[in-house]
Amino acid sequence: MSVAYFLLKKTLVLALLLIGVTGLAFVVLKTLPGDPATGLLGQHAEESDVRRISEELGTKKPVLVQYAGYLRLLGKGEMGRSYYTKRRVATEIGKKLPNTLRLAVAASIVAALAGIAVGLICGFHAGALPDKLLYVVSLAGLSMPVFWSGLLLMLFFSLKLHLLPPSGTGGIVFLILPAITLSLPTLSTVARITRASVIEAMDMPFVRVLRAKGLRDNRIMFVHALSNALIPVVTIVGLDFGSFLNGAVLTETIFGWDGIGRFIVEGVLKRDYPVIIGCILTGTVIFVFINALVDVLYNFIDPRIRVTSGK
Amino acid sequence: MTNHMLPKPFWKGIREAPLEAIRETLSEALSVKSAITVLVAAIVLSSVFSAYLTPYDPTAIDLDSVKSGPSVKHPFGTDSKGRDILSRVLYGGRLSLGVSLLASITSLVIGLSMGLTAGYFSSRPGKLAWVDTAIMALVDLTLSFPSLLLSIGISVLLPPGALTVIVAISLVGWASFTRLIRGEVLKIREALYVYAARSIGATHYRIVVYHILPQCLSIGKAMIGIKFGSYILTEASLSFLGLGPQPPSPSWGNMISENRAYILTDPWMVIFPGLAIAVTILAFNIVGDIYRQNYGIEGGMKG
Repeated sequence: MSVAYFLLKKTLVLALLLIGVTGLAFVVLKTLPGDPATGLLGQHAEESDVRRISEELGTKKPVLVQYAGYLRLLGKGEMGRSYYTKRRVATEIGKKLPNTLRLAVAASIVAALAGIAVGLICGFHAGALPDKLLYVVSLAGLSMPVFWSGLLLMLFFSLKLHLLPPSGTGGIVFLILPAITLSLPTLSTVARITRASVIEAMDMPFVRVLRAKGLRDNRIMFVHALSNALIPVVTIVGLDFGSFLNGAVLTETIFGWDGIGRFIVEGVLKRDYPVIIGCILTGTVIFVFINALVDVLYNFIDPRIRVTSGK
Repeated sequence: MTNHMLPKPFWKGIREAPLEAIRETLSEALSVKSAITVLVAAIVLSSVFSAYLTPYDPTAIDLDSVKSGPSVKHPFGTDSKGRDILSRVLYGGRLSLGVSLLASITSLVIGLSMGLTAGYFSSRPGKLAWVDTAIMALVDLTLSFPSLLLSIGISVLLPPGALTVIVAISLVGWASFTRLIRGEVLKIREALYVYAARSIGATHYRIVVYHILPQCLSIGKAMIGIKFGSYILTEASLSFLGLGPQPPSPSWGNMISENRAYILTDPWMVIFPGLAIAVTILAFNIVGDIYRQNYGIEGGMKG
């Protein structure tokens, strides 16, 4: 039972997952009352036009034929074309995915750094006023929907103070607000977890010994307590990469960030099924991949945990 | 629990150390739990009785008082069509809480039936062990999606509305309920009274429904407490994306997306519905934290 075996298993599961999900999506789509061709042309379209468009989209063929066609496309790295723009979905996603990943990575960094800092402060002054205040703030961070906190940040920093651009895709100035917004829930979780592990670590015998030997508080905090807190933090940030995909849907919509989150929302509003299926598939692949990566990372950070021991 | 249900009468000990007693009573009354109880009660009651609390019809268009800021007449202001935002927030709360409640009950019911079946037949030498494998495969499948993406995927297949949101949340939420209850069943089915029931010839159905099910109910209910906050968030997100209840009927999510354009000029239109979501989720997250500590259940605040 090695890491290689574990990765192989994950890949197999992922492949089965994709086949299952696309199959399910196709069956359900096929049983829907609406017809994409009618949706595209409107209620009062000519019969012949509807037939021609259906022919073009291939929506009149038997489900299994369509499904086999889609799987063959996936095998070639394709995802079909958008009903509306006629562009290749795979190419579009390829263009937008780096933006989403950039946003998610930025949010992870913000969440990890700020979360650990807040958690350390709280953990070392557990029960004192700053701790209580930050606890309430972190709970608030967990409770605010990102599409609201994002709007508030936008209102304050771009529309009132004119410090940052309110929306758009681009360099670091465009990235700051969406990244902070997206990081808020994870930041709060990281802060809470760090605080708990710092408190736990401060109670351990080895810290008491270090104190007795006269080690400075700063060194205890940054070297010994922090390394103890890192394991759960990696887990949280890794697992929350998936929730970044969730949050990206909302954050990108708010800030007009040109990633796959906004792409799927546009697809949803127009019922552009190839776009929706393509985005969900991409998101799921990333999600499963990141989760597997986090599992493997454990091995290196904490040898006590074994990948193969299961959840 | 009983300790918190029956607070010490405030006069107790007041003669011996009056200041101390008052301070103690006050701090007890102001404890997190009682504060949260009051807050949750206020949110639930104001939503349930929204129809009696609001002087305005939440969908009534009043073109004479369009976009007016918070005032005595309209404490939360009005929106671009002159509708009273306080009334809409209260009605929206009824919708959000109702949808989340129905979604969590549905998740619990699916989770109970799946979890009981899977747990009871798990690693049985009989022919039915595959049932457990199949159900848990389905659970793993569901949990391997980013939850909001999956909910969006389900919602686009149905016409937008409250029912769609309930379906979308339950079809994602059942998985964590199933996993929890299956684990519980694995413990309970080894209890002596289950062996006793089997030895006197009780059927599988009878053992599961009369002996195991009642034992799973309390942890199932606790799980609702833990998940409720995240269900409200999902409901708000789906409504925000236009997949939930359609305008003019108010929901917190669609109020924010509808009034997004006015964020600079009339920010109260966005601030108050968002505040309602944040306060409600905050309250239920703390309730979830308390349940989590009491029952030792891991995870769950998000997703």
